[in-house]
Amino acid sequence: MSLTDMPAIRVRGAVKHFADVHALAGVDLDIRQGEFFGLLGPNGAGKTTLISALAGLLRLTDGAISVMGHDVVRDYRRARAVLGVVPQELVFDPFFSVRELLRIQSGYFGIRGNDDWIDELLASLDLTAKADTNMRQLSGGMKRRVLVAQALVHKPPVIVLDEPTAGVDVELRQTLWAFIRKLNEAGHTIVLTTHYLEEAEALCGRIAMLKAGRVVALDSTPNILGRVSHHALKLRVAGLSGLPAALAALGAVLQADSLEIPFASHSQLEGLLAAVREAGAEVLEVEIATPDLEQAFVQIMQGASS
Amino acid sequence: MISVAFRTLLYKEMLRFWKVSFQTVAAPVLTSVLYLMIFGHVLEGRLQPFEGVSYTSFLIPGLVMMSVLQNAFANSSSSLIQSKINGNIIFVLLPPISYREFYAAYVLAAIVRGVVVGLGVWLASLIFTWTGVAHPLWALTFVLLGGAILGTLGVVAGIWADKFDQLGAFQNFLIMPLTMLSGVFYSIHSLPAFWQQISHLNPFFFMIDGFRYGVFGQSDASPWLSLAIVGGAWLVLTALSLQMLRRGYKLRG
Ligand SMILES: Nc1ncnc2c1ncn2[C@@H]1O[C@H](COP(=O)(O)OP(=O)(O)OP(=O)(O)O)[C@@H](O)[C@H]1O
Ligand SMILES: [Mg+2]
Repeated sequence: MSLTDMPAIRVRGAVKHFADVHALAGVDLDIRQGEFFGLLGPNGAGKTTLISALAGLLRLTDGAISVMGHDVVRDYRRARAVLGVVPQELVFDPFFSVRELLRIQSGYFGIRGNDDWIDELLASLDLTAKADTNMRQLSGGMKRRVLVAQALVHKPPVIVLDEPTAGVDVELRQTLWAFIRKLNEAGHTIVLTTHYLEEAEALCGRIAMLKAGRVVALDSTPNILGRVSHHALKLRVAGLSGLPAALAALGAVLQADSLEIPFASHSQLEGLLAAVREAGAEVLEVEIATPDLEQAFVQIMQGASS
Repeated sequence: MISVAFRTLLYKEMLRFWKVSFQTVAAPVLTSVLYLMIFGHVLEGRLQPFEGVSYTSFLIPGLVMMSVLQNAFANSSSSLIQSKINGNIIFVLLPPISYREFYAAYVLAAIVRGVVVGLGVWLASLIFTWTGVAHPLWALTFVLLGGAILGTLGVVAGIWADKFDQLGAFQNFLIMPLTMLSGVFYSIHSLPAFWQQISHLNPFFFMIDGFRYGVFGQSDASPWLSLAIVGGAWLVLTALSLQMLRRGYKLRG
């Protein structure tokens, strides 16, 4: 396996039981280097459990995980050195200021004299003004940003963010994503969990959906979207009393004066409009609905439970 | 050889107690000074455990050592349980810090806190009386070993306890009785034979007795015996805590 073929994260047969809760029920997953990867799923799906196992914060009941080729149990020091994790819980050490904390965290990763990068992190996360403030005196959103900075002190090739935007205001969410995107463009692998589906849709190249400890969908974001829902031509029409057979054949649905016709590619649009005209309908309004992850999510989750 | 990660963790653990030194250093020094004033005043002249040593002088090394032990335990145990309950323990679990470095940093910081408080008590005791140190090397050995044992015990207790009251139980039902029954305030020769026997099962007795040998050149037990027992206790506890850390017991569910 060449260096670039090696997955950034490899999960094989991951099982985790907490007493009778099967938080992970056999997960296999490869995340490639340089990917922007989304890990989605409802509350309790096992996302945080998977991330904790990846980070060595808990031990799997069965299975194995490696980060950049390093097994997280056997070769834990190398695995941890290449990984940065932003935890879901808002935790902080109340004894220190932001800068002290980042210096200490750098030291844990064997780095001294990291102030240039720390300054850059502070600036990118809009924390410069709070550098010398004690953690206790920060707002929740600011604490979350410090968590992001702490995860990045050692410029890890693999960055895992467990709901990093929970409780962060809109402006900062944008700043944060711009920063994470930049890191991704510079070659860092990004794994993200979020309940904001539009966020995942905009950012992630590939998505895994987890439910009850299993991967129920794993594909590129466009494929996930395409698999469960299509584009739709939504028209408000006049002059139709019922759904003409020609339109029904295209999968169209008529409700009162609104006609919805699914399609896969925009090149079909002209033909569809022509068919509508031929069926004797007069078009009053046109709207094109694009698939969204929310629909896909709901459909996949429903599909997985049946 | 000594890694940046270890040095940073040690520095952080020391900074942690130093930032609240009023509570972690000044308060225990004051407590010991009160013991010294009250017990010294009440019992001076009534008890003379060692030949040619006044009761107050006898009490001082006991109190110094008691401060070393209690504060070493308090440092590692409270740091661990606080960061476990706060959740910020993950910041030391995520980086590539080996379990040996982890152990060494917490225990060394505990020893430092114990020594700082012990030194404070000793300096304060100079107000009352001057006690020379007969065998400084012996004295130092027992201070460091005692601090290491209690620092290690603090690591074990801090990892084991899930709640502050469990840690409190550990402290009140194990550490306190063992300290009080170790001859801080009296020589065990003044006890009935049965309790003398019991005291000989208490490793804390040997830590304090060994330290007294360092200070006065006299003791209840031979310093070599004390060294063997104290050293053995330290090795056993170190093996236990390293094993807990290596397995990730309670820290890495
Ligand atoms: N330490 C634990 N002890 C017992 N059960 C646990 C523990 N941690 C997680 N669980 C259980 O494992 C399951 C998966 O939890 P997990 O935190 O991984 O979910 P999640 O996908 O991250 O959910 P969320 O979106 O709410 O963060 C849940 O049923 C949870 O109750
Ligand atoms: Mg979670």
